[in-house]
Amino acid sequence: MLKIAVIGGHETVMGFKALGLDAFPVSDPAEAKKTLRSVTRESEDYAIIYLEENLAEPLKAEIDKSKDSPTPAIILIPGREGSLGLGLTALNEAVERAVGTNILENN
Amino acid sequence: MASTTITPTRMVLKQLKGRLKTARRGHKLMKDKRDELMRRFLEIVRVNKELRERVEEGLTNAFAAQQVASSVMSPEMLEQALLYPRQSVELDMKFKNIMSVNVPEYSFRTKNNDPSEIYPYGFAQTSGELDDALDALAKVFQDMLELAQVEKTMQLLAEEIEKTRRRVNALEYVMIPELEENIKYISMKLEENENATKVRLLKVKEMVLQNAHDFK
Repeated sequence: MLKIAVIGGHETVMGFKALGLDAFPVSDPAEAKKTLRSVTRESEDYAIIYLEENLAEPLKAEIDKSKDSPTPAIILIPGREGSLGLGLTALNEAVERAVGTNILENN
Repeated sequence: MASTTITPTRMVLKQLKGRLKTARRGHKLMKDKRDELMRRFLEIVRVNKELRERVEEGLTNAFAAQQVASSVMSPEMLEQALLYPRQSVELDMKFKNIMSVNVPEYSFRTKNNDPSEIYPYGFAQTSGELDDALDALAKVFQDMLELAQVEKTMQLLAEEIEKTRRRVNALEYVMIPELEENIKYISMKLEENENATKVRLLKVKEMVLQNAHDFK
């Protein structure tokens, strides 16, 4: 049976823990990196990993690596400070990759 | 660019013509595949954008509610209330095939079906605001799951489109022109050989006739 992981600041993941997801509270990007690695590599149990946006920047290489394989899906979620727009950036990147140019920009 | 390694023979010409035919057919198929993938991709991008905006808004609200809860309750109490989850979520994943790309499809099951089970605490010592916060989070979770599925699908499709696009371009701008060039080169060379043979025969005939006349 597959599970869902949430990696983020302590207060962010607290609520998800109550919902029954596996919460991994981390305090800095280095710790997040370690956690992400252990979650993606050492176990195949996690199909979806929700990652708090403000931790994502140093982990870009890891996230990009997961983009081409069917599992796991690493999904960025906004943190407590509100959305940084990284999720939409990722979307635009995917469009650019597929189409060759960003066709959403105009809308 | 006529490659220097090809030998101008009929056999090679025939082979090259066969390859050109295959390349043309492959090119057409790839182009169709790319167009269909692109159509699906753009549909998914639209859904993804909508979902993402909804999730971000929902989460912001949920976090705000949580903030309110934490201002009413002491951090220790909050911690204690959420320490042991009563609910657990199990995820099921199937694969769906979109134009030979395997994309995941998630469905989830909660261990307890009672929706009130998301509150892992007794109501006596906690505030109502915490209930609201968890409620908001539970609502947005549905969308989050869908977002995960859509976003992963989008990423996988993007990769496949990139690959297909490269192949289409390679066939269209490299393989097919090169094959055409080579075919042209061989057929010209063969024609030239044929002409040379013809001229030689004429010459030989003339010489033979000359000899014959001289003997008379």
